[in-house]
Amino acid sequence: MTDTEIHDFLQQSIEENRVMLFMKGTPDAPACGFSARTAAALGALGTPYAALDILPDPRIRQELSALSNWPTIPQLFVNGKLVGGCDIVTEMYDSGELAELLGVEQPADEEVPAAPEAEAPQAAPLGLENRLG
Amino acid sequence: MPRPEELQHRIESALPGARAQVQDLTGGGDHFRAEIVSDRFAGLSRIEQHQLVYGIFGAEIGGPIHALSLKTSTPEGTTA
Repeated sequence: MTDTEIHDFLQQSIEENRVMLFMKGTPDAPACGFSARTAAALGALGTPYAALDILPDPRIRQELSALSNWPTIPQLFVNGKLVGGCDIVTEMYDSGELAELLGVEQPADEEVPAAPEAEAPQAAPLGLENRLG
Repeated sequence: MPRPEELQHRIESALPGARAQVQDLTGGGDHFRAEIVSDRFAGLSRIEQHQLVYGIFGAEIGGPIHALSLKTSTPEGTTA
């Protein structure tokens, strides 16, 4: 897979998925606390989202950061636009802005769940391997 | 290994008038948390505020600085 193919794949993922999360690991098995927290916020809102694990190839992260001008993972895109990483998503969850952006009800429990263990992913995670072979 | 004081100094030099509080979250010199108040953030979205700060450190973020968690605000207390 060339860098350009990775870039195009990422671009396409962002365009095709209204809510697109790039993370370390998967919503089921996050590999980093920041990714876990971000996936948990989306899970708590019950909104369908696509997730992509950036760990399988270091070039995914490289190409993603080049594309988004954002240095860290996770990165959440909504409607093709970068919303932010863990800090911003958590802040927006707490203030209700994230629910508003996604057009869903803010859950009664105001706190972001600490761990997403009990949360089933709302959409099957995208696998780079099954998209690009 | 970057120290919190160094990060604080670099943020405050890059954003004149800013006040930054930087914590080393793990004591390991690679996971930091910065709370920054600057009037340079006025009129910028949260994303743009954070990008402004990340821009100070460039490729060091994800490198020697594994993680830099941010909370940004303007002196008036608005965040967006």
